[in-house]
Amino acid sequence: MRELLILVYTFFKIGLFTFGGGYAMLPLLEREIVDKHGWASFGELSDYYAIGQCTPGIIAVNVATFIGYKHKGVLGGIAATLGLILPSMIVITIVAGVLDIFAQNPYVISAFAGIRICVCVLILNASVKFIRSTVKDVFSFIIFIVVLICTIFLDLSPAVFVIFAAFAALIFDKVRQVRAK
Amino acid sequence: MIYLQLFYEFVKTGLFAIGGGLATLPFLQEIGGRTAWFTDLELADMVAISESTPGSIGMNMASYVGYKTAGIPGVIIATLALAAPSVIIIIIIARVLQRFRSSRYVNLAFEGIRPASTALITSAMLSIFALCLLDVSAFRASGSILDLVSFKSAALFAVLWIFTNAVKPTKKLHPIVFIAFSAAAGIALGLN
Repeated sequence: MRELLILVYTFFKIGLFTFGGGYAMLPLLEREIVDKHGWASFGELSDYYAIGQCTPGIIAVNVATFIGYKHKGVLGGIAATLGLILPSMIVITIVAGVLDIFAQNPYVISAFAGIRICVCVLILNASVKFIRSTVKDVFSFIIFIVVLICTIFLDLSPAVFVIFAAFAALIFDKVRQVRAK
Repeated sequence: MIYLQLFYEFVKTGLFAIGGGLATLPFLQEIGGRTAWFTDLELADMVAISESTPGSIGMNMASYVGYKTAGIPGVIIATLALAAPSVIIIIIIARVLQRFRSSRYVNLAFEGIRPASTALITSAMLSIFALCLLDVSAFRASGSILDLVSFKSAALFAVLWIFTNAVKPTKKLHPIVFIAFSAAAGIALGLN
């Protein structure tokens, strides 16, 4: 029990002091998990990130679950995740409540009009980074273009495209194998 | 039954959004469009607030949508629902870690999923661009293409792009710095 509470507390601290999630969390994890508690080595952390990136869900939660599970099994995985997401829940509730009060203030409206332009730039930068790291060959380029065009003209859940792309990759590989023979 | 629906929507997002915080964006956009729980404009504000508050962006967005939809119980349900698929999947993977990492089929499937996930994010970006940068009502009123983009918005966009990409000392700065700067610029320029 005590160990589980330490897990919750440690990840609560990490969640509270991480701005931006996922990768921004890495230096804090290094200090708390690798140096202070020794729950995982740095090599293990980078393994967790590699898998956390390509499995469903939020990277930060995936990594926290891995570390918690390794240290204290299933309950450890749950404890670490709860610790990590608690600060989000508390801070956002407060911020959202306060913003609702000031939503009609002309300065707040102007500030958010400026912030939205910044959001465009931040998402553009993230997209470019994603494109550079995931669109590397003809196959990934085709998938990227096809999904992009389909999302503009078809009103489907994004989940459909994720499943479609996974099968497309498996089929493409089969075709390549048959051709090689 | 808003709680059940909220739970279902976020479990689905947690299960299919692959690649971290912003990967949830296309899913949230689709939820907003279908349920009218929040508008695209509110979603853009949520991104900004999620980037400038502690915690992972995806979790902050879930908390925010939960709050907008169903108050504090909504916060708890949306956030737990988003985390649940991750926790279950990771615990399963952690048990077969080596086999998972070297599985040919898993690796192949992700070769397709990664560019698809990128396309979904890019597509969400395009619609947020249309919403935040283009002034469609001014364009319709005057019919002039010049009114489609306000000069002030375009200038702020250009300045921010330069500082986040081209200027060495500033491009590594945390997004919160640029968000704070943009808020001040928005007030100074009287944007609305």
